[in-house]
Amino acid sequence: MAVQILYFAWVRQKAGTGAERLDLPEGVTDVAGLMAHLATRSPGHAAAFAQARQIRAAVNQEFRPPSHPVADGDEVAFFPPVTGG
Amino acid sequence: MARILVQEEAFDAAAEAAALAAGRVDVGGIASFTGLCRADDGISALVLEHYPGMTEKALAGIAAEAEARWPLTGCTIIHRVGRIRPGEPIVLVLAASAHRTAALEACAFLIDWLKTGAPFWKREEFADGSERWVEAKASDDAATAKWQAGGAAP
Repeated sequence: MAVQILYFAWVRQKAGTGAERLDLPEGVTDVAGLMAHLATRSPGHAAAFAQARQIRAAVNQEFRPPSHPVADGDEVAFFPPVTGG
Repeated sequence: MARILVQEEAFDAAAEAAALAAGRVDVGGIASFTGLCRADDGISALVLEHYPGMTEKALAGIAAEAEARWPLTGCTIIHRVGRIRPGEPIVLVLAASAHRTAALEACAFLIDWLKTGAPFWKREEFADGSERWVEAKASDDAATAKWQAGGAAP
């Protein structure tokens, strides 16, 4: 099992990818922990997550706060505040 | 059930409104909002990105909330994605009801909630090839928050 990670808008541009799968590292149990882990994957990822307060997240396609748990099999997306309409 | 579409193509607002009244005689009014692409700061185009799958779920959830709050006979949300030029339509919201108050309030609710509750992102393109992501506005959050307090327009 693994988690599916998705990036949108400038988070996607900075990370240099729109999607990746990874095994959840030991000790990563919530959205905030996952963000901290992802930031270590490349300089682009570090830039994407440098201002964590500007990042929003969705777990299994629902908006969720940084404290929300993540588990194997989840789809977790990171993106800036939405600007539709 | 609401009609929810996320598409690159333009939409026909008049045909969509007519469809909400077709074959029935209980519709007293249809409120509509069409959002257009402005040429702010001389942009050459807006490029809209979204989260396929979540977008449709979020819009259906917002429409279901409107249908729970107001006695609607139907509602339609069409949001375009991809490259949109100044003057072109971006989004259409329609709310139909037996009476005008419900239709007008639901229409305003839908567009306010859509702006802060659905995963779309706008990027501005300029003639010189530069680009800039549109930043979320605090005024949009405030517009959504007012519906959380009471449920009716101020």
